[in-house]
Amino acid sequence: MTTEIQRIVFSESIKLADLIDVNFKLLNVLSRFGVSLGFGENTVSEMCARQGINLNSFLLICNVYTYDDYVPSAELMSEADPVTIVDYLHNSHAFYLEKEFMSLEKNLKAMVEPCDDMQKKVVAKFFADYKAQVENHFEYEESVVFPYVRGLKEGGRQESYSIEQFEENHSNIDETLSDLKSIVMKYLPETCDTVLRNEVLYRIYRLEEDLAKHTIIEDSVLIPMVNRLEA
Amino acid sequence: MMKAGHKKVLLIIPSMIVARGIEAVLGELGEFRVEGILSDLSHSSEARLRNMDADVIIIDPVVFDYVSRMNGRSRIAEHTDAAVVALKTIPMDDEQLKQYDGFISMYDQAVTVVKKLRDSLSSRTEVADSDEYDLSAREKEILVCVAKGMLNKEIADHFSISIHTVITHRKNITRKTGIKTVAGLTVYALLNNLIDSGSIEL
Repeated sequence: MTTEIQRIVFSESIKLADLIDVNFKLLNVLSRFGVSLGFGENTVSEMCARQGINLNSFLLICNVYTYDDYVPSAELMSEADPVTIVDYLHNSHAFYLEKEFMSLEKNLKAMVEPCDDMQKKVVAKFFADYKAQVENHFEYEESVVFPYVRGLKEGGRQESYSIEQFEENHSNIDETLSDLKSIVMKYLPETCDTVLRNEVLYRIYRLEEDLAKHTIIEDSVLIPMVNRLEA
Repeated sequence: MMKAGHKKVLLIIPSMIVARGIEAVLGELGEFRVEGILSDLSHSSEARLRNMDADVIIIDPVVFDYVSRMNGRSRIAEHTDAAVVALKTIPMDDEQLKQYDGFISMYDQAVTVVKKLRDSLSSRTEVADSDEYDLSAREKEILVCVAKGMLNKEIADHFSISIHTVITHRKNITRKTGIKTVAGLTVYALLNNLIDSGSIEL
């Protein structure tokens, strides 16, 4: 966006409890930073100092995650640490693969219980293919992009790779998840229990939103930060 | 009172000052009427985009981040068949503007803006489609081929139609079902008994 509007965003003096009160979805972000609940009256800066988390990176992610039109200042971008961002993204990957997809798979299975065998198989295969597609995508980031960023921070530029090659294409993955939503909402037989169906839909909507933020953090935070390091 | 014959305009413009300005300018001239203003293209905006049924969309491409700006036009096309006109608020490559059905500048005369909106509409009229939401018999046939994994070229040969026609059918199938991927269309075809599980790999 071209306009420089100073809007209200999270700052280091906000209490963690208030942060969550503003946007409860940041609970996910906290756990990906390894912050557990029970933080009492601690502020963001106190918590970061205690846990050894880069404060600017933490604020950057919380703000991107919460405010749709948030554009980080150049100053904040240069003070934040790309390795912290990479750690966060890595932990997010683990969360999707180990927690979220497992739960969604379980919910899907319960939902299609009354369907015939063919229908069960079709839905299971569709989800398995989606999962494989996502795993494949994450794997590239884990094995190529993240090590590159870590190396860059430690010891300078490797000539063999540049973040420009990290031209992401999430669109197909997003479309598959959106198709799953349409199928569950519109095309599964009426014998499927509505409550279970709703559970699946809530989960997909939340996942969709979370993945969208994940993409923004990659495209609008990590890539520009690394561009700066490469220059 | 709503007069019949007004063309519906949707603005996707982050600046409220600019958006209200365009609304006022178009309001004075008639013919086009602003019926909605979105300040971004977030998830909830996309749903409104689908439901508005606008004739023309005027968009400030700054709503797309730099990476996705080159594909802005096609992102809109996923949700609506409206003509899309870019509003140039910042210097922008011709390459980026070319994807739109026209563009207007902040300094265009009011009549010029109206003329450009008209032009954008006439360039879109050949993309005719039906308002039906049920798949036509031909669309079902094509869906079955897609589900079986046939390529556009193979489908075109099979029915002796042009690839262009196949693509139009596929667009309509996606618009009607809301399903975009081949895998998703396969599930749709199976759940609706358009194909049996024997004809695909499960």
